[in-house]
Amino acid sequence: MSFFSELWTFMRVRKKFWLLPILVVMVIFGGLIVLTQGSAVAPFIYTLF
Amino acid sequence: MTAILGISSYYHDSAAALLIDGELVAAAQEERFTRKKHDARFPENAISYVLQEAGLQLSDVDHVAFYDKPFLKFERLLETYVANAPKGFGSFRIAMPVWLREKLFQKSLLLKELKKLGQGTIKPENLLFAEHHYSHAASAYYPSPFDEAVVLTLDGVGEWATTTVAIGKGENLEILKEIHFPHSLGLLYSAFTYYTGFKVNSGEYKVMGLAPYGEPRFKNLILDKLVDLKEDGSYRLDQSYFNYSTGLTMTNDKFSDLFGAPVRKPETDRLEQFHMDIAASVQAVTEEIVLRLTRSLAKEYDIPNLCMAGGVALNCVANGKVLRDQSFQNIWIQPAAGDAGGSVGAAYAAWHGELGNPRKAAQPGKDRMKGSYLGPVFEQADIEKRLSEAGAVFSTLSEDEVISKTVDALEDGKAVGWFNGRMEFGPRALGGRSILGDPRSETMQRTLNLKVKYRESFRPFAPSVLREDVSEWFDFDEDSPYMLMVDTVKPEHRREMTAEENELFGIEKLNVKRSDIPAITHVDYSARIQTVHEDTNPRYHQLISAFKQRTGCPIVVNTSFNVRGEPIVCTPEDAFRCFMGTDIEYLVVGNSVLMKEEQDPKLAEDYKQKYELD
Repeated sequence: MSFFSELWTFMRVRKKFWLLPILVVMVIFGGLIVLTQGSAVAPFIYTLF
Repeated sequence: MTAILGISSYYHDSAAALLIDGELVAAAQEERFTRKKHDARFPENAISYVLQEAGLQLSDVDHVAFYDKPFLKFERLLETYVANAPKGFGSFRIAMPVWLREKLFQKSLLLKELKKLGQGTIKPENLLFAEHHYSHAASAYYPSPFDEAVVLTLDGVGEWATTTVAIGKGENLEILKEIHFPHSLGLLYSAFTYYTGFKVNSGEYKVMGLAPYGEPRFKNLILDKLVDLKEDGSYRLDQSYFNYSTGLTMTNDKFSDLFGAPVRKPETDRLEQFHMDIAASVQAVTEEIVLRLTRSLAKEYDIPNLCMAGGVALNCVANGKVLRDQSFQNIWIQPAAGDAGGSVGAAYAAWHGELGNPRKAAQPGKDRMKGSYLGPVFEQADIEKRLSEAGAVFSTLSEDEVISKTVDALEDGKAVGWFNGRMEFGPRALGGRSILGDPRSETMQRTLNLKVKYRESFRPFAPSVLREDVSEWFDFDEDSPYMLMVDTVKPEHRREMTAEENELFGIEKLNVKRSDIPAITHVDYSARIQTVHEDTNPRYHQLISAFKQRTGCPIVVNTSFNVRGEPIVCTPEDAFRCFMGTDIEYLVVGNSVLMKEEQDPKLAEDYKQKYELD
């Protein structure tokens, strides 16, 4: 949790809020890749469409 | 007591440094322990060593300081990718998973790695982060012998900054100006290192060594097309010629077309006069930029002292020119000017900057780096035990006998391994882990390059000279204990070239004797000077004094104790392995002396193939 608060503070100090959507998307996809261990990503994406 | 542990890691040259009550007590690079050159992994061995040196556990450490700010670096990466999208997707695809898995969470990663050492933990609030260039600036200013100085840092890139100007006064150090990525003098030099077929981040020395064989005939082309250089030394690079922002190479086809030749492939393409001219040209441009910067800074701030750090500050040819230019009266350069030195800077930044501790007044002419002898030392009994276990045949002699026998070996033209006292911190061997030779020998440079170091024959060697005698032999009369200044051999020790010899080109110049000390005289009569001081390395000073007494020459050839691509040796076992695997004929480890002919030849490894080309 401290990671997110530090990241938020960082963006506030640097006034770089536009980075937030990019980061969120990347962290979500990154998290999915880690959770699904790479090879399992494909079936998951197929069900999306 | 307050102990601060400085760490640099995860990019290249991981290292650890320990500051106790503001005094630097130990520092070492991880590569020396893991035997992997430029090792970037978390420096667990280096940390264990620096703590052990001070008799501390991690739990005794008050603060840990890291040399870089990961969020800020990530911001730079993202902004660069967004600015160049969709170009750069290939690099993005490779970089992002590493960031999302590890680097973005560096704080927790560091805490976890520290915990794994099994010596207690560090509270998250005691883990501090200094900006990359602030760490460099701190490593240049705080250990320097000045109470006030202009601090110039130049390197490839940190977070955003690539060049910074700071002012240090007492315990205060403030960065006042910055040049930001992608405009970078370090990356410009690295681009040419790549173009001439050498490895980026380690081959820059070779480009510098190659430069005197060439003519700077591309200097104006570089200044016209690649670099927009202003009068005050500030600059911008035309990014249409480079590929490092978004690609996986340093330069692109437009760059190759500009110079009329493709990137040299080291495995198949020979080094030609063209590459030497390219090296001479980028060296000349670098010197021009550094000199414009230092001249304008001297004028602007009117402070007589200059401190420098960052990878470009290891360009000792440029440093020598800054010194001779005399814009600043005094110059001090951090011996570990590359990223390893960031660990020292981060620790100092925490001690003075974050904790606000006052800085003791400087002693004129005395810095706080202890000669850079900040690494492991081995007791004589331990040395003998380790050598015996390695199967070495050695005799242990008295101090005087060691010196006199070593001088005999040098006089006989032997390559001598010299393992003495604490290991150096920084890329240079300074008489702690060195290979020595007789500089008067005409064959020494070739022998050392081809039979001992297994490296390119064009590469020059450096002299270690007694401080009190330096001005007798070189056009130089300053302290240069860290081998970071280049100057010329005095005219009376030079040998004039015949008209025929003057006609020689490039590498052909190499075989011509140029002075009374040919082994350390480069083709332009220059030498990368190390002055040896009695107070920081008395034993090395004693050895060179004895050599002088015998031969009249107060100089020895000094090159690092390793082969091409290998980290400098750390332990007596490393030294023995290198001794057995190369044509080093005589080895001194503490008071133990080893002759090659007495060793068991079965212990020799195929050392030449063991390390990758650097």
